[in-house]
Amino acid sequence: MQTSFRELVTALHGIGCGGLLLLAFSGALIELYRLCTPDRSSPLSACERKLLRGYLIVMALLAWGTVLSGAYMVYPWYRAHPPRGVTDYAAYPQRSLLASPATAGWHNLGMEWKEHVAWFAPIALTMVASVFIKYGSDLSRHRQVRQAAFAFTVAAFIAAGIAGAFGALINKNAPVQGGAVIKLMEGTK
Amino acid sequence: MNSNQPAKDPAEMGDEPGSNIPNGAAAAAILSAGAGCFCVSLFGLLGDAFPALAHVFNFYNPTGPLSGVTAAAIVIWLILWFVLSRCWGEKSLPMRKINAIAFLLLGAGLLLSFPPFGDLLQGK
Repeated sequence: MQTSFRELVTALHGIGCGGLLLLAFSGALIELYRLCTPDRSSPLSACERKLLRGYLIVMALLAWGTVLSGAYMVYPWYRAHPPRGVTDYAAYPQRSLLASPATAGWHNLGMEWKEHVAWFAPIALTMVASVFIKYGSDLSRHRQVRQAAFAFTVAAFIAAGIAGAFGALINKNAPVQGGAVIKLMEGTK
Repeated sequence: MNSNQPAKDPAEMGDEPGSNIPNGAAAAAILSAGAGCFCVSLFGLLGDAFPALAHVFNFYNPTGPLSGVTAAAIVIWLILWFVLSRCWGEKSLPMRKINAIAFLLLGAGLLLSFPPFGDLLQGK
């Protein structure tokens, strides 16, 4: 069982950071929604506040990890230009997609949208985490701030969802591959 | 503060009675986040529309103009956040208006990031 360095980095970007971030949204949205409901029968305890603060910080870090690894590691491999005369675009995903009208939309719509909208998530989540850190228990007395934090978290989820879905589908149509071969396990017949 | 001025209604500020921290710091963070998202899309659109600008945004060649588009938007977001925090940190502001502007910027950013809409604006 083996993989390539580029495939491994792409998987870490998409699943390790992006996938984990998307999973984390469910917990954050439920907790923030609980904060936003007018009749909070059970306000967050000090321990729960500390946990949510850590949770939001980790989410913001995951979001930054996803966009930075995507933009500065995976994207350069995706958009690499083939040398003159090369007709096999297997190592050049963008060229491979644009070579056929049937797949060009994955780049022209999918990648063009994903590469920008993905950045909404770390910006929004950094704001939400900082507001939660700053206000703590006092957030329960700022209704409009709570609602804005919740709305920005929803927007971050939508942005991350768009980026994640297109990322997975683009990589299915034109996978990023190449680089050093990494042997994960010895094969058996 | 002028003692003749009536005290601001906490409900108008979006605050509930008894809040210890003014909402200015949150307003600064929320508005600047909306502006940051909008800037990502705006710069992306401008880079797409004007090749000369795309060349300027090409901070890191392997990543291309995306590097400059996002770096510039992040710098503007952080500067705006810092400046607004300094100006509003100790104030209570009408959060409803701030939120409306922030959501407008966020919505406009989302719309501008959608390639068919960007192409429509460019007349492609």
